[in-house]
This record gives sequence, C-alpha cells and structure tokens, in this order.
Amino acid sequence: MKRIDLLICCGSGCVSAGSLKIKNKFIELLEANDLRSEVNIIETGCMGPCDFGPVMMVYPEGVFYQKVTVDDVEEIVTEHFLKGRPVQRLMVTEDDKLKATKKEIPFYQKQVKVALENCGHIDPESMDEYIATGGFEAIGKVLSEMSQQETIDVVKDSGLRGRGGGGFPTGLKWQFGFNNKADQKYIICNADEGDPGAFMDRSLLEGDPYRVIEGMMIAAYAIGASRGYFYIRAEYPLAIKRIKLAMEQMREVGLLGDNIFGSAFSFDAEVRTGAGAFVCGEETALIHSIEGMRGQPTPKPPFPAERGLWDKPTVVNNVETLANLTSIYNKGAEWFASMGVGKSKGTKVFALTGDVKNTGLVEVPMGITLRDLIFEVGGGITNGRKFKAVQLGGPSGGCLTEKDLDTPITYESLLEKGAMMGSGGVIVMNDTNCMVNVAKFFLDFSVEESCGKCFPCRLGLKQMYGIMENITSGKGKEGDIEELIRLGNDIKKASLCGLGQTAPNPVLSTIRYFREEYDAHIKNKSCPAKVCTSLIHFDIDKSKCIGCSLCARKCPVNCITGNREDKYTIHQLDCIKCGNCDDVCPVHAVNIIPGMHYETLSAVQPTKKDTY
Amino acid sequence: MSQIANYDNQMYKELKEIISEKKKIRNPLIEVLREAQAIFGYLPIEVQQFISSELDVPLNKIYGVVTFYNFFSMKPRGKYVINVCTGTACYVKGAPRIIQMISEELGIEMGETTKDGQFTLSAVRCVGACSLAPVFVIGEETYGRIETKAQVVDILNQYH
Repeated sequence: MKRIDLLICCGSGCVSAGSLKIKNKFIELLEANDLRSEVNIIETGCMGPCDFGPVMMVYPEGVFYQKVTVDDVEEIVTEHFLKGRPVQRLMVTEDDKLKATKKEIPFYQKQVKVALENCGHIDPESMDEYIATGGFEAIGKVLSEMSQQETIDVVKDSGLRGRGGGGFPTGLKWQFGFNNKADQKYIICNADEGDPGAFMDRSLLEGDPYRVIEGMMIAAYAIGASRGYFYIRAEYPLAIKRIKLAMEQMREVGLLGDNIFGSAFSFDAEVRTGAGAFVCGEETALIHSIEGMRGQPTPKPPFPAERGLWDKPTVVNNVETLANLTSIYNKGAEWFASMGVGKSKGTKVFALTGDVKNTGLVEVPMGITLRDLIFEVGGGITNGRKFKAVQLGGPSGGCLTEKDLDTPITYESLLEKGAMMGSGGVIVMNDTNCMVNVAKFFLDFSVEESCGKCFPCRLGLKQMYGIMENITSGKGKEGDIEELIRLGNDIKKASLCGLGQTAPNPVLSTIRYFREEYDAHIKNKSCPAKVCTSLIHFDIDKSKCIGCSLCARKCPVNCITGNREDKYTIHQLDCIKCGNCDDVCPVHAVNIIPGMHYETLSAVQPTKKDTY
Repeated sequence: MSQIANYDNQMYKELKEIISEKKKIRNPLIEVLREAQAIFGYLPIEVQQFISSELDVPLNKIYGVVTFYNFFSMKPRGKYVINVCTGTACYVKGAPRIIQMISEELGIEMGETTKDGQFTLSAVRCVGACSLAPVFVIGEETYGRIETKAQVVDILNQYH
C-alpha cells in the first residue's frame, strides 16, 4: 500500500491542457524527494469539469485541485505530500468559500454517476482496478444464474432506452434480436460519435473501456451473438487504443474467447474504425461501413435485428447504453427505474459546452430541468452575459429558449419542443450569438454530411441552405421563412434515414422561437447580434477619432481615407468588414452597427441566379 | 509521381504485406485504404488500382469508398495537416476566425496545401475537446483556447 494516491485526469480536455507534462513533473519531483514509493500516480479518464483542467485528486483526503500548472507541482509535492498541508490556492472556490473535495463542489452536487461511475476514478488501462470496483460481476451473474430471456427482461424492466439519440427501448431491440433465429448473430457497439459538441462516448471509451466491453458481452449473451464489433471514429485514436488493449488483457485471462466463466457462452469482438462520415452513426449505414462499403443507409424494414451485418440478425447499441448495463444487473432494474420521470428512466450523460462556466462532462438523472443543468451544474453563463438559447441534440436537434428552462429533460418533452435528446451535446449560447447563423451552421453540416442517396435530403437541404445563405447575406425576401418551413417539413417526412428526417430541425426550431431575428435579417437587412458580416457595417465615430491614421494603414482594401483635421471615414462599398480597424483603433472610435449601410443596400438586390 | 506509377518501389511492397495480413479479416477494404494512406500520404488512382488487383475488388467500388469518406484524400497532403475543429462549440467560440488567421498566415485557403508541402489546412467535425474551444489539431497535438493571431503564428512556427 502506498501512502498517497494521486489521480491525474488524462481525459482529452486535460491532456490538451497539459496534464501529461504535469504527470512527468510529478514523477521527476517525487523521485528527487525520495517519495516515489509512497505516492501512487494514476492516470484516469475524464473527471468531468474540463473547464477547470488540468484537474487532479489526492487520496486519502480526496482533495480536488484545479487548473494546475507545471510550476504548481513543486508546491503540491513539498507542501501537501511532504508536510501534509493541502495547497488551498489550487482548490475550487465558490462565493469565497473553499471547496476542498469533490463532494463540496456545486458542479458535482446534482450529478448522479451511473455510466460514468468509474470514469475519473480508475486507471483505464488496468483490468485489476476495474475488477476491484466490482468489474465483471454482472456478466458473471448473468452467465451463471440467468437465461437469455431473463437477461432481456431485466433490461425491459429497467426502462433503459437507447442513449445514442433515438431513444428506442433497449429491451425491445434485444427481444427482436433474440427472437430471430440464425446460426450467427452480431452485436455492434456504435461509437461513431459524430455530433459536434458531444464527447460522452469518447470519454467513456477512454475512461472506462472494460465497462463498455462487459456491457457488450451481456447484450451478446442476451441475443445469442458470439461476435461483436466496436465501430469507433478515427478521430478518437486513444479510445481505439484503450478498447484494443482492454480486449487483449481480457483475452489473456479468458474473459473473451471460448466458454467464458466455464459457461457455454463464447464471445469475442474486434474494432473497426470509421473514416469520417457522420451518416455512419445511423445503424444501417454503420453496418455497410463495416462491410467495407460506402456508409449509406438502407430502408428499414428489414431492421438490423432481422437482417443486419452480413445479412445476419444484428443489434446495434450505443456506447452509453452499454455502459449502463453493468449497474442495472448489479443493482437491479428497480433501482434504475427509480431514477428519472415518465418513460425516461435512469441518468443521461451530457457534454456541456459553449458559453457556460463549467464546461465538461456531466451525468444527471433524467427529468432534471434545463435550468438546473445549465445554471446549477453548469454554473451559469460566462462573462456575465445573458442566456439566449441552448442547443440540444446536435445537427438533428433544436434550440430552446429562456421560457423552456424549467422543462424537465426527457425524450418526449424535448421532442415536443422541437429539439431532441440526441447523443447529449448541450451547447449553451449567450446573447452575442445570431440564431440564424447558428441554424445555417448546422444546415451546412447536414448538407456536407448527407450521403447523397435519397433525394429530399440531398437536394432539399441544399435548397434550404441556399435560402439561408441569401437571408444572411442580405438577399432574403418575403416568403423565405414560409418556404423554409415547407421544405423542412417535406424533408422530414420524405427522407430515408434519421439524418434527413431530423436535419431541418435546427432551422425549424429557430424559426419557431426566434422568428423576429429572421424578420430582422430579411426585412431590415440587419443582424441584431452583429454576427452576419453582410448585415452589419463599421462606422468611425468622428467625435472620438483622433486622426492617427492607424486604421487606414491597416485596412487591407484601402477603403479608409481622411486626415488629422477631417478625421477618417470608411467607404462602405469597398469595406470587406474584416474588423482590422476596430482591432487597431487606440480610442475605440470604430462602431459596429447592425444593419446594412444605405450605400450598400442598393448594391445587393437579389439577382435571378440567387433566387431559389 | 514516377514513384507512384512504379509498382516495384518499397511503398508498394509494404502495402502488399499489409494487404496479405488484412485479408484475414472480413471485408478489410476500409482498413486497407487507411493503411495505404498512411504509407503514401494520400490515395492516388494508381494506388487504388493496386489495391483493386490485390484485394480483387472492382476499382469503381474502391473509388466510391475513397470519395465517400472525409478521411481519404486523392490529393497530396502537406507534411503537417492542420485540422481546425468546426464543431458547434468551437464555431460558437470563433473557429471561423481561426481559419481566417491560419489562412492569412500561410496564404492558403481551406483544403489547400502550402507550396513547400509543409501544411495542409483542413477542417474536422468536433475533436471532442469542446471545453478548450476553439481548438485546432496538428498531428497528435491539440491547441486550445486560441484567441489571437500571435498565438497561431507561435504555434505554426514550431513546425517550420
């Protein structure tokens, strides 16, 4: 036993912030102080509060340090490790009160960790640590005490639903897979986490890989599959490495292979990596990608549970869904179903990002309100700005506003409001964001990621994008909004797969809640949030201008002229709105004004080519 | 280009070995293409033809797969590929500005490679480092919380 356990968060956020350099510094200084044998350094997966990164915890006290730099290491070693005096200045403070341990930090208080139970607590490359936390007990219990049907019934009773977006009941999916008889069945773990702003699957695979594999084994046993595939995005090299390593270790001790735990159940899995196609998150597209083809979806039915990978019954489960399983079997279906509200049971992991103080990975019970999620767990909006909207569900989801903040988060409530659970990306936006521009951003994403197979998605989204492009560049016209709504609804109805069926949501939901912003863009040729460059103009306040000529010299298109006496003027027709003048002005005399300048207004009337 | 056209060279030998190894798994095309891109840096049509004959898969199918996935490129790429994250969090926090700054500094547009073959400017969909937004990635290094052009210049200079 070592005297001290030092847990350093090596999730992606903290690694990018330098946690590995800090770890090396610790090793160096511990050796210098002859403490190496007393302190156990453990690299853990994501602890959650990425914005505080690099973060670390010191046990046995459980002291939580944030924003540690390489220069702080010496103080931690000499003060804390040698003299037993935790370094207060590196702890979290809230309202001037010191929060020494994790439990005291508001970020953690409303969280309930189920899927993320071990994430940030154990070394993700050590199977022994996983076993020490009760690892593989669930699969042991399932294999030795339960029939396949009993295994499926537990998940049905728990009310677990797919965590990847759609929210299909997991037990039902398994039942279909089980009922379809075949000589070979497959289980696939969908780790093609493509939603921008979502990183929960990545953190789970990197932080607790054994748990996901154990979950997959339970699912495989339930449906009768002997072979599994992890389909992981190529953008997540560490996740791929960790899963492969974990499987190797398990094979060595017989946890993967023939007759696991002496039962009749044999199972092994392999990793397939994605190659950068968002649509591959759709299960039929994913299956085709594993088959080595273009990842294009095919119509359902036949559902994969009937005819999936290589035409055999296949169940595709998301990473987080699988990560919930071990806890359900260890603690019981009733325990799981006691969390959440209505038909949404258990907990959900969210990736909290954007203009919110505590960005990071959080797990909260279903049914928590958006207000609690953003203002309690998330700590509110950064830089004292005002909350404007929250975007849920990525490119398939929608934006919600202030008045929806007290809505409990469930699959149904979000759908009703025009958003969706999606994989759990929560992007908080303050009042400097232009909602029209944000909707255009998501639409651009969907246009590029559309696989091109079905017409409504391939061409319909492009049409919508053209209109959005017009609106944000000052060429919007009466009737554009109605046309967007019409197109959006048609695309939703007629598209083949989930991508097309949900892609218009960001536009439709922003029209629903921020129609006045669309109107301002179209009728007043003005972007109230001052984001769309075509719909703003720069102007020099002559009462402030000191005539230093800096702006004129820095202007890349030479559109600023003047002299010391007459001050300087921007020639609007030539201005490309790069903002250089504003950046360099020593007296802040350059104003950004919403709306087109009257000189430019006449120059951009829609031409025939631009009309959609 | 002559190297690419010459099937005797070392790179093809390496690829051939990998293909015979990968043939053991079912439908290895995407895995083979990934390895091939690692060897050649990109996937010119000659390489695709080679894979076609080795794997006994029609060239049109290979071409279809190569052009479908963002990960594969048929154009030579720079020694360092600068991947600017354009996920939502980064976008909201200023990814377009980063792209503009890099583009100005290197004199290339999105998707292009510098004349000296050092850098390619590319965009990726979310690297999952949202809390550090806005970020860009070069190789395995992630650079986060980029706010000024001076930061960008400093980082790029490390690679010259």
